[in-house]
Amino acid sequence: MSKLKLVNMFDIDKWQEIFNTIKKNKLRTFLTGFSVAWGIFMLIILLGSGNGLQNGVEYQFRDDATNSIWLYPGTTSKSYKGLQANRRIKFTNQDFDNLPHKITAIKDMTARFYIPGKVNVSYKNDYGAFSVRCVHPAHQVIENTHIIEGRYINEKDLNEFRKVAVIGKNVKEGLYKDENPIGKYIRINNIEFKVVGVFTDSGGEEEMRNIYLPISTAQKIFNGQNRINQIMLIPKTENVEETKAMAQKIKKYMAKKHKFDVTDDNAIFIRNNLEEYQNVMMMFLGIDIFIWVIGIGTIIAGIVGVSNIMMIVVKERTKEIGIRKALGASPSSIMGLVILESVAITSFSGYIGMVLGVGLMELVSSLAGNSVFFRNPQASIGIAVAATILLVFSGIVAGLFPARRAAKIRPIVALRDE
Amino acid sequence: MIRFENLHKSYITGSNKLHVLKGINLEIKEGELISIMGSSGSGKSTLLNITGILDNYDEGSYYLDNMLISNMSEKKAAMLRNKYIGFVFQSFNLISFKNALENVALPLYYQKVSRKKRNLIAMEYLEKMGLKEWAHHMPNELSGGQKQRVAIARSLITRPKVILADEPTGALDTSTSYEVMEIFKEINQSGITVIIVTHEDDIAHRTNKIIRLRDGLIESINGELVNPEFVETEISEHV
Ligand SMILES: Nc1ncnc2c1ncn2[C@@H]1O[C@H](COP(=O)(O)OP(=O)(O)OP(=O)(O)O)[C@@H](O)[C@H]1O
Ligand SMILES: [Mg+2]
Repeated sequence: MSKLKLVNMFDIDKWQEIFNTIKKNKLRTFLTGFSVAWGIFMLIILLGSGNGLQNGVEYQFRDDATNSIWLYPGTTSKSYKGLQANRRIKFTNQDFDNLPHKITAIKDMTARFYIPGKVNVSYKNDYGAFSVRCVHPAHQVIENTHIIEGRYINEKDLNEFRKVAVIGKNVKEGLYKDENPIGKYIRINNIEFKVVGVFTDSGGEEEMRNIYLPISTAQKIFNGQNRINQIMLIPKTENVEETKAMAQKIKKYMAKKHKFDVTDDNAIFIRNNLEEYQNVMMMFLGIDIFIWVIGIGTIIAGIVGVSNIMMIVVKERTKEIGIRKALGASPSSIMGLVILESVAITSFSGYIGMVLGVGLMELVSSLAGNSVFFRNPQASIGIAVAATILLVFSGIVAGLFPARRAAKIRPIVALRDE
Repeated sequence: MIRFENLHKSYITGSNKLHVLKGINLEIKEGELISIMGSSGSGKSTLLNITGILDNYDEGSYYLDNMLISNMSEKKAAMLRNKYIGFVFQSFNLISFKNALENVALPLYYQKVSRKKRNLIAMEYLEKMGLKEWAHHMPNELSGGQKQRVAIARSLITRPKVILADEPTGALDTSTSYEVMEIFKEINQSGITVIIVTHEDDIAHRTNKIIRLRDGLIESINGELVNPEFVETEISEHV
């Protein structure tokens, strides 16, 4: 019936009129605008915080390949085929070697062996508290280790039982200062290893206090025999359900091999990182939905506020609208006027709220940007665009009822009351 | 130009029905200068509002420029008002936050005339009203006579065929009233039909034809009683 004439957005007369009414009702316009600004401000803060939290957690996951599966030996809690409960399960090189034959969907795989007892690390007269991991070459992929100098552990190191070490950036800074560590020797429990590489790790400072050794060499030197402490692998698939099935398959195989009940949850521990990642992401989806519900609620309150104010404005301008109609204003041009004013108030104050919200988030980001749990809490461009659309839409919705009322004003009635 | 045939109009307030116009028959030719008189509540404003397509009627017919005006959309009514009719009100009805020039130019805005052009034309009309110097003053800085002249300029800017003025001198002193009447005369001499509702005899006598309303009917035209029997039968028919 009545088409909205919003086409002439850049009509100076319309803007002049909107500016005039706003000027005449400064306080009221301010209060209305404030409610919208507050709504958008809160939405930005909530969304930004949600993002910050999410970025923080995602950052933690970044340390390792997200689709890896880790296996740790445990202690049986159920008796099985005549074997007592409380039996310790031990992983050996054999497990590591056999697993890929049984489970073909493994892409990369490494074991970890830890030197038993206290570990002393030194170079010349400098000592430091660093930890040592004895691994296979694939560990680099699984742990997301970035070599910055030299190289990582390779197959040859393992086959020839080479005494080589790859050290973290913090180890280098702690022991070698300005010296180039490559080719130098590092002393681990009084055994000398030749440094062949230096790495960084996105997992944080603590990760870079590690030293990697070839697992075969370490087992031999530190009396580890064929013992391993942990197995880590990356499946070929990135599908959660498939990785879950694979983890189950691995457990079944290990149960058979180590003679424990498959339903025993303490015999070995399997950590499926992809599944956990998925769970956390689901949680964030939940938080996001929650935030949007609250945010939209706040904005709706703002819309109702604007709508109410516009209703009063229309009522106050009844006479003026009557004059306009007598002079030839069509109902749709009156509607356009009211809606444009509503959109103007909503968008303008909404943007103020948005700028303040984004500003605050930037501030928080620069102050706490590097803390682990709250990272880069910015609202993205996408959100800004969405907010703009939302604001204009809100303005239209808020203006709709008052505009319809304005369009229905009858000039005789409007012109009579004095 | 304007023709009413057996025009009836009632107002319904709550459960009461007030029969205001009870069968108006009237023809006004192009270029006439007419005043409508009558006691308060006799239906003068009602008749004028119907003439200006600001209000509708219940029965009979109304022709404007040989066009039957009945049951039209708001949009069409607005367009016809803009094209055919200029209004002048007792209380001026200028828009308070617009200056004289902008007030005068407003009807052209609804004809989609460009800002520059309509301000130029508005200035012309203000000049005709002797208000060139006041063009950029706000309504509250103008005297009553000046306001009414701005309103008249506004009513003329679309070159309407009819000017409808509801007690245009009601809020003005005598000498200013006479000045305004002179303006209406000049307007009329340019060929525009002018209809003025007034209470004042001296104002009415400055027009060419006086129509007297009484109790919703035309009592007399220029003092000549309109057939009294006809009046009586009409009343008994519609009681
Ligand atoms: N919108 C309305 N609703 C109800 N009654 C109305 C309405 N407009 C006018 N009336 C009534 O109709 C009657 C005629 O009103 P109208 O305004 O036409 O009189 P008038 O002749 O112009 O009187 P005045 O000289 O006082 O202006 C009056 O009794 C008035 O109260
Ligand atoms: Mg009246």
